[in-house]
Amino acid sequence: MAAVQDGPMELDAEKEAKPEILSDGTSNLSGNTASGTLSSSPLTAAPAGGAPKMEDQQTLIAVLQFLKRNKLSESVEILRREAGLGEHQEGSQATDGSGGGKGDGDGGDANSLLSRVSITSAAAPQSMPVKSDCIINIFRCDLPFMFMLSEDQPDVSVVLSAYSQQGDPPLYQVYYSGLKNFIESVLDCHRAELSQLFYPLFVHMYLELVYNNHETEAKAFFDKFSGDQECYYQDDLHILCGLTKKEHLKGNEVLLDFRTSRFVLHISRDSYQLLKRHLQERHNNQIWNIIQEHLYIDIFDGMPRSKSQIDSMSGSLAGEAKREVNKAKVFYGLLKEPEIEVPLDDEDDEAENEEGKPKKKKTKKDSLGSKSKKQDPNAPQQNRIPLPELKDSDKLDKIMYMKESTKRIRLGPENLPSICFYTFLNAFQGLTAVDFTDDSSLLAGGFADSTVRVWSVTPKKLRKVKSAGELNVIEKESDDVLERIMDEKTASESKILHGHSGPVYGVSFSPDRNYLLSSSEDGTVRLWSLQTFTCLVGYKGHNYPVWDTHFSPFGYYFVSGGHDRVARLWATDHYQPLRIFAGHLADVTCTRFHPNSNYVATGSTDRTVRLWDVLNANCVRILTGHKGPIHSLAFSPNGKFLASGSTDGRVLLWDIGHGLMIGELKGHTDTIYALKFSRDGEILASGSMDNTVRLWDSMKAFDEVETDDFTATTGHIHLPDNSQELLLGMYHSKSTPVTHLHFTRRNLLLAAGAYNSQ
Amino acid sequence: MAEERRQKLCSVILPTESMKAMAESVGVGSLQEESCLALSEEVSYRIKEIAQDALKFMHHGKRRKLTTGDIDHALKLKNVEPLYGFQSQEFIPFRFASGGGRELHFYEEKEVDLSDIINTPLPRVPLDVSLKAHWLSIDGVQPAIPENPPPVPKEQQKTDSTEPLKAVKPGQEEEGSIQTKGQGANSAEVKGKEKMRMKPRSTHELSVEQQLYYKEITEACVGSCEAKRAEALQSIATDPGLYQMLPRFSTFISEGVRVNVVQNNLALLIYLMRMVKALMDNPTLYLEKYLHELIPAVVTCIVSKQLCLRPDVDNHWALRDFAARLMAQSCKTFSTTTNNIQSRITKTFTKSLLDDKTQWTTRYGCIAGLAELGHDVIKTLIIPRLSVEGARIKAVMDGPVVSNIDKIGADHVQSLLLKHCACVVAKTRPLPDMVDQYKADYGYLGTMLCSHVVKARAQAAFQAQTVNRTTLTITQPRPTLSMSQSGLSASSGSRTPSIIKVPSSLTLMSTRPGTPTQPSPPATKYIVMATSAGAASTQQVITLSSSQSGSSVTSTVPSTPTSLQPLVKLESGTTGAVSGPRPLQKYIVVSLPSSSSSLENKGSGVIPSSTSPISMESAVKLERSESPAANTQSPH
Repeated sequence: MAAVQDGPMELDAEKEAKPEILSDGTSNLSGNTASGTLSSSPLTAAPAGGAPKMEDQQTLIAVLQFLKRNKLSESVEILRREAGLGEHQEGSQATDGSGGGKGDGDGGDANSLLSRVSITSAAAPQSMPVKSDCIINIFRCDLPFMFMLSEDQPDVSVVLSAYSQQGDPPLYQVYYSGLKNFIESVLDCHRAELSQLFYPLFVHMYLELVYNNHETEAKAFFDKFSGDQECYYQDDLHILCGLTKKEHLKGNEVLLDFRTSRFVLHISRDSYQLLKRHLQERHNNQIWNIIQEHLYIDIFDGMPRSKSQIDSMSGSLAGEAKREVNKAKVFYGLLKEPEIEVPLDDEDDEAENEEGKPKKKKTKKDSLGSKSKKQDPNAPQQNRIPLPELKDSDKLDKIMYMKESTKRIRLGPENLPSICFYTFLNAFQGLTAVDFTDDSSLLAGGFADSTVRVWSVTPKKLRKVKSAGELNVIEKESDDVLERIMDEKTASESKILHGHSGPVYGVSFSPDRNYLLSSSEDGTVRLWSLQTFTCLVGYKGHNYPVWDTHFSPFGYYFVSGGHDRVARLWATDHYQPLRIFAGHLADVTCTRFHPNSNYVATGSTDRTVRLWDVLNANCVRILTGHKGPIHSLAFSPNGKFLASGSTDGRVLLWDIGHGLMIGELKGHTDTIYALKFSRDGEILASGSMDNTVRLWDSMKAFDEVETDDFTATTGHIHLPDNSQELLLGMYHSKSTPVTHLHFTRRNLLLAAGAYNSQ
Repeated sequence: MAEERRQKLCSVILPTESMKAMAESVGVGSLQEESCLALSEEVSYRIKEIAQDALKFMHHGKRRKLTTGDIDHALKLKNVEPLYGFQSQEFIPFRFASGGGRELHFYEEKEVDLSDIINTPLPRVPLDVSLKAHWLSIDGVQPAIPENPPPVPKEQQKTDSTEPLKAVKPGQEEEGSIQTKGQGANSAEVKGKEKMRMKPRSTHELSVEQQLYYKEITEACVGSCEAKRAEALQSIATDPGLYQMLPRFSTFISEGVRVNVVQNNLALLIYLMRMVKALMDNPTLYLEKYLHELIPAVVTCIVSKQLCLRPDVDNHWALRDFAARLMAQSCKTFSTTTNNIQSRITKTFTKSLLDDKTQWTTRYGCIAGLAELGHDVIKTLIIPRLSVEGARIKAVMDGPVVSNIDKIGADHVQSLLLKHCACVVAKTRPLPDMVDQYKADYGYLGTMLCSHVVKARAQAAFQAQTVNRTTLTITQPRPTLSMSQSGLSASSGSRTPSIIKVPSSLTLMSTRPGTPTQPSPPATKYIVMATSAGAASTQQVITLSSSQSGSSVTSTVPSTPTSLQPLVKLESGTTGAVSGPRPLQKYIVVSLPSSSSSLENKGSGVIPSSTSPISMESAVKLERSESPAANTQSPH
């Protein structure tokens, strides 16, 4: 609730900070000042690029009016300046659009906006209560912060009112089957493309019938045509079939999503012309209206796509991604490694290792540093996102890491990793999340009984820091002070962390192993200290279950995502989120940081993966193609690729730079809960509910795609069906679903899961 | 197909009757049909909505089963107060009732006597979550250790054996493809797979380790050291990686039987049958392919004319019994409509049974083999033959002394017939049991049969008396065969599968090999159910100290007369007399996985054999049902 109330305030504060500040405020992260962390407003980004220009302007004007009404004059100034809108422009637009004249005050503002969303509804004389909230509803995808305002009570009636008029209910079936007959009769090359229309049309026509209280017709319509829909829409059809009354439409999130977002289709120009001609000849206004209002048809020039091409990309709740959305530049390169002086005695054997070499030569560091920047044009600026400074302990850890990585085993199809399986016994189906530390020394498990347990998987036991009183007595100058502050009496192999009041769905260790994050059904994310084994902070913001959380690879930041359909970026020393990534149409089920910490990937129940820019909270990639909720994500170590696994048992591989699917790994028979690339990115390991760990040849999968292809053509790809060739190994566990996978620094694969005695 | 299912889903709406029932339960007497319909539609929709939300929690909880907790959380999402009190982890015990034209599902809430709860001993403290590491794969090869599943699942063994060509075809299975692209790969896994798949199973080679193992195991199985043999048999029965050696074992057994029958080496035949038993007990083996070798060997051991050198002294009858049980077991497991094992076996037995020239030994085997196949077989094939067999026995018993061997044989056949037929007759034949009637129906054997039937009936009545609420089904008794070649004690009275009824509060954790958490089972476990003839039953906690008799501790906890309270686990390796039972008490003793030495218990005077309905010999595996202890272990 707090977040909702804070909405406007935050909006205000965020808007005042200019983006320029950001580049300066890199250092001093521990200084706790807001300016030092991320602070540029997501609002400065223009609303999603796909919308026509006129709409953009209208949107901006609406926002301005909203701000004005709420007496946020400073923000108004900034927005106006940035958008380049004159005062008069705003005024005239408002009068143009409202239609009802200026007289009705608040309602007039809203109406002006609605006029474009529900053009046809304007004709119907139905009066509706218009609250100021409704503006927000329409823009929720564009304006994350405003979305929060409206989240709890979206004004459904407005959203749905577009359904209010339209033709004769019994004729719906005729319309639909008329279109069906037409599409079935067209040439093969067009048929596949036009068939995409079936599902969105079906849903909208059905909802229209339901909305207008034609219950029996709706049911008949559903029964007649639901069987024609693609199998991957099954889940949504299940929800649809339960809806038979107008009242049900209110509060059903899935359908609201369907309404508020336009279903996106990619159709070639030829096919589109064919369709348009047909509908105009037949005067089939009914369907034409729906296409105009509720669908977004992304027309491209070139050859129509084939059925398999379409199938590989479709499946998400709101159709495919608009092509414009994925055009933004993504800096997927890795950040330059900080130079660390490596102890001389290791120099000899490490010099042989090529990767480790440039990082460690102290004398050459300046030249090498600039060189590596040049080498990777895709890397973001080092200070694009302010990152915490390395502490001495971090440097020690880096050195450890480099030492370990020299001993790393080179993996490949002929050199498969060994897998060590950590089985949780007596967990009684209560294990919900697992994480390993990067150095594989600790293991954390989240359980359905609200506890988090931490195990040491090395002989070193877990110890708490002594109490404050005892600490005072310790001589602080002594060499082994770090050892002395630990309380030997508390040494044990595992510790239990109590604090949550619901199942723990996500756990994540900080890279420095001092903290542990856990997210739970109770709506909080908790930060635990692994020195004292107590809870430090409870981050409240998600009011609903938080499904996943993940620490940035550089620490300090973390991301969480939950049932409230947003992902939030937090800094450990701020109790409020720094960024809110809004846009998913259903629960955010998993969250992962990009290795360079500049981006966050989220997977959702709406069957899309989105990539967000941490800098400005923009959605820079929408990846569609999954046919089920996504439950696992993994970035390749070089930051170029992303793998995602879903309930349908398929792993999809994505090229982040181009925003395209480049591979599909089929084989699992159940939800994939764990994905991990080996340290060199040569092997992708996937773990699933079907009690198997599978190893895939990711190198081969990435190599086989000719990247030139995508830029030249319109972005459709032929996916080779080579899952079988890419599968390097499959290992069954004994009725133990695989919950987590982790490659140690030496490329030993660790797997974890709870033994299931049934 | 999908369409049909969806349409059905669409029309699922709660019946209006339930609405009425619910309305009545909250005091609304008359609800109009229209309101009911409106309500039921609304309720159905909301329930679907909640179920769909609950599914999310199930997925995130990484489970396959929806729990009541998921529903609670889904309700919480909707700002609805969760339903309390449904914490059952496995199933919600809804009951069904109909009456007055109505059908209802309801949740049975029993009245619980607090004193019962107070008096029952506390359940075991649930085990804490623990972590165990093992190697799932070493350099790409999965080691065959108990923590890993068997290397080749049964289904695959089956497809390999039935369609040997299919396994080689690339792309058919995930693994199948590995070999196609793995040429030149030096990984051991790829190599192993290639060898396994490219060559037909019949000629493929065993690794050196496997050859060593095979040698050790076969030597131990037929060797002289009983301890070693037990270990070897245990290995055969549990080891998951034996399928490659299966053809060798099967040949070993069939050849062994052939040779030893000729040489009349009873001991070796028994050893070989025990090997068959162990193979059949191994859940990871696909035996179907080797039945053509195993079944003839087993049948030989049942019906062979002579199995030992001294038929008058040696107890070859026990071997026949044991083999017959094996045969029945394999009929049960492997008989399908295509191979028709059971009917073919039945035909074979019947044919030689009908033959007049059949020897007594073979006759005994045929009858034993048939009898083990179940009551129906006894009823249709043996009971009609009773008078004929009776006459034959009579001829031997009363007639001129031909040979001692014949007499012993006839005697055995007689007791066998009586044993098996008595319980069947007791079940099928209406009361009263008149000796004359029996004589008329069954001839010579009628008199004895009658007394056996009376005994069987009494026993059944006794069992019924001890019946309580819950049924504990006891699976097929595990036949054991000890090497006692002297005397008739090996084959004992009633070893029919029986159903024991025990109170539901019985806490019984069976130790299954699959659960790594459980400690390995102790040698013997006994459950002693005590009941007295008087009104008050007592609950005995008997701890048998393994060292001495007489030092055992017995504590008696009084409980309510109606419910027969449990029951104790006695864990002891050796035997000892239980001190101080009341004179009128009866005991049912069920022994859990038996060790061969446990049989002497019977003679220790604790259990008068007439009142023990279940023979000690039948080692019984108690399947663990949802026991209270298991419940408490689950997290809430």
